[in-house]
Amino acid sequence: MDVQALKQKATELRKATCKMIYASKTGHTGSDLSCTDILVALYYGVMHQTAATFTDPNRDRYIQSKGHAVEILWNVLADRGYFPKSDLKTYSQFNSPYIGHPNNHVNGIEMNTGSLGHGLALSVGVAKAAKMDGRSYHTYTLMGDGEQAEGSVWEAAMAASNFKLDNLTAIIDHNGLQISGKTVDVMNSEPLKAKYEAFGWHVIEIPGNDMQAIVTALETKPVAGKPTLILADTTKGCGVKFAENKAEWHHKVPTAEQYQAALDTFNQELKEGAK
Amino acid sequence: MSNEGKKAGAVMCDVLTAEAKKDSDVLVLTSDSRGSGSLMPFAEALPKQLVEVGIAEQDLVTISAGLAHSGKRPFAVSPASFLTMRSIEQVKVDVTYSNSNVKLIGISGGNSYSVLGSTHHSLQDLAITRALPNLEVYMPSDQYQTAALFKYLAHSDKPAYVRIGKKVLDNVYPDEAAAFSQPGHANILKQGRDIALIAAGETVSVALAAAEKLAGLGYSATVVDLVSVKPLDTALIDQLCAQYPALMTIEEHSVINGIGSAVADRVAANGGARLKIIGFPDEPAIAGTQDEVFKYYGIDGDDIAAQAVLMLS
Repeated sequence: MDVQALKQKATELRKATCKMIYASKTGHTGSDLSCTDILVALYYGVMHQTAATFTDPNRDRYIQSKGHAVEILWNVLADRGYFPKSDLKTYSQFNSPYIGHPNNHVNGIEMNTGSLGHGLALSVGVAKAAKMDGRSYHTYTLMGDGEQAEGSVWEAAMAASNFKLDNLTAIIDHNGLQISGKTVDVMNSEPLKAKYEAFGWHVIEIPGNDMQAIVTALETKPVAGKPTLILADTTKGCGVKFAENKAEWHHKVPTAEQYQAALDTFNQELKEGAK
Repeated sequence: MSNEGKKAGAVMCDVLTAEAKKDSDVLVLTSDSRGSGSLMPFAEALPKQLVEVGIAEQDLVTISAGLAHSGKRPFAVSPASFLTMRSIEQVKVDVTYSNSNVKLIGISGGNSYSVLGSTHHSLQDLAITRALPNLEVYMPSDQYQTAALFKYLAHSDKPAYVRIGKKVLDNVYPDEAAAFSQPGHANILKQGRDIALIAAGETVSVALAAAEKLAGLGYSATVVDLVSVKPLDTALIDQLCAQYPALMTIEEHSVINGIGSAVADRVAANGGARLKIIGFPDEPAIAGTQDEVFKYYGIDGDDIAAQAVLMLS
């Protein structure tokens, strides 16, 4: 897929995600929209993994450490054929496997996440196994910037560097907001670039909702012996004006009017993109 | 003839070294604990199959889960106090909820670290591990049981927690076959008629000593080695309830939510029986050698026999 097609796909999936959240009246709208472009770049552009190869031991791995942004992940996986799209009608309903965080009873989910601060260490284990077995797969994990306050993240950051895991790429969805407000006010974890560099990582900073920049960063050859961190400066709620850069949209559900406004925006973008 | 056996850690190391030589996916992960885990011979024999994560127990568990997800068979070895408290959320999420084939080995368990204080004691580990779905929980009582158990674990695909201590254990069994058969199967070590003493791990020898003392006083006690704290041998507990006027549990654990509580849950579900729970009280343990501390809290052959006589008179 070229970058223009990836952008179109991102808009389609933002629309599907908002639709699912509006219908179910639950979800992390702002968090989903913040990382949509990153997931699209991974699943439609860069990652060597498809529904058909999900059990292949040589597939690339994706572990979503910020598990709460699951609505976009469910929509990406459905669109990529990991399970029927119609399954998502059960999202957050009684006995559905499509719950509010990634669940490994669903095809396409590697490990359960949702409690923050686990994904990086899981990815260290997965990437370390690749090194031990001489496999060439790459492991990707997506974290939040609020998540950087978890001590276990830094244990794992240290281990990734210690084990020289140049087959591991962590991405921070660096939107500057978390549930209680600005990340720098809640618990300032900055400067993240300098901190990860001090921990022995190769750090790439990008505008995190810019599809071309994301793809370029993900396709950059790793520095030998170093794990890569992509510090993606994103906008929480990206694509829906009334939700952008507002902490309360972390897990807010749109009203009927807001939902309609979002749909109008997405439809307009899709129409223009199709030209 | 001396009945002295071997340290559980040394037995674990022997078994894991042999298993790991046969299967390169068998790994040992340590948190700066290869020495205290008696794992130096493993580290020397199979350096590529030992993953050192440093003093980072949360990472120890989660990295093990990531390795297990990729086909490895990791044994995460760390002091039981840290493994089951510092890392318990990682155990819950990454091991039991994700159903990762990680074997969690709590070394220097219970009161093993004695005078190092409560920071280093694991007297609540059974309470928390046996409450987690999808996790088997074991406490081996001698060298043969430890060996048989670790051979089983090396081939099992299920998550498990094992607590071992630092002591050189007395031999309880003549061989491995007699010591361990399968999850959820307890062993009757001695058949009596008056009372059943139920123990696991290092207190099995204490229960046997109590039975011997009781014999001298004219009472005959059955002694049960649970081995498998979870799954619990509920059929045997039911049988003991029907057969004996009194049961006693003896454990190196808080009396809250340990072996006694596990047995009590089954006893209550079964219509009830007289049951006395012997273990550590609900307080930080007193300082002393492990033997001194056991004696202080009445986890000792003479005191248990006296308690049994009181129950029966």
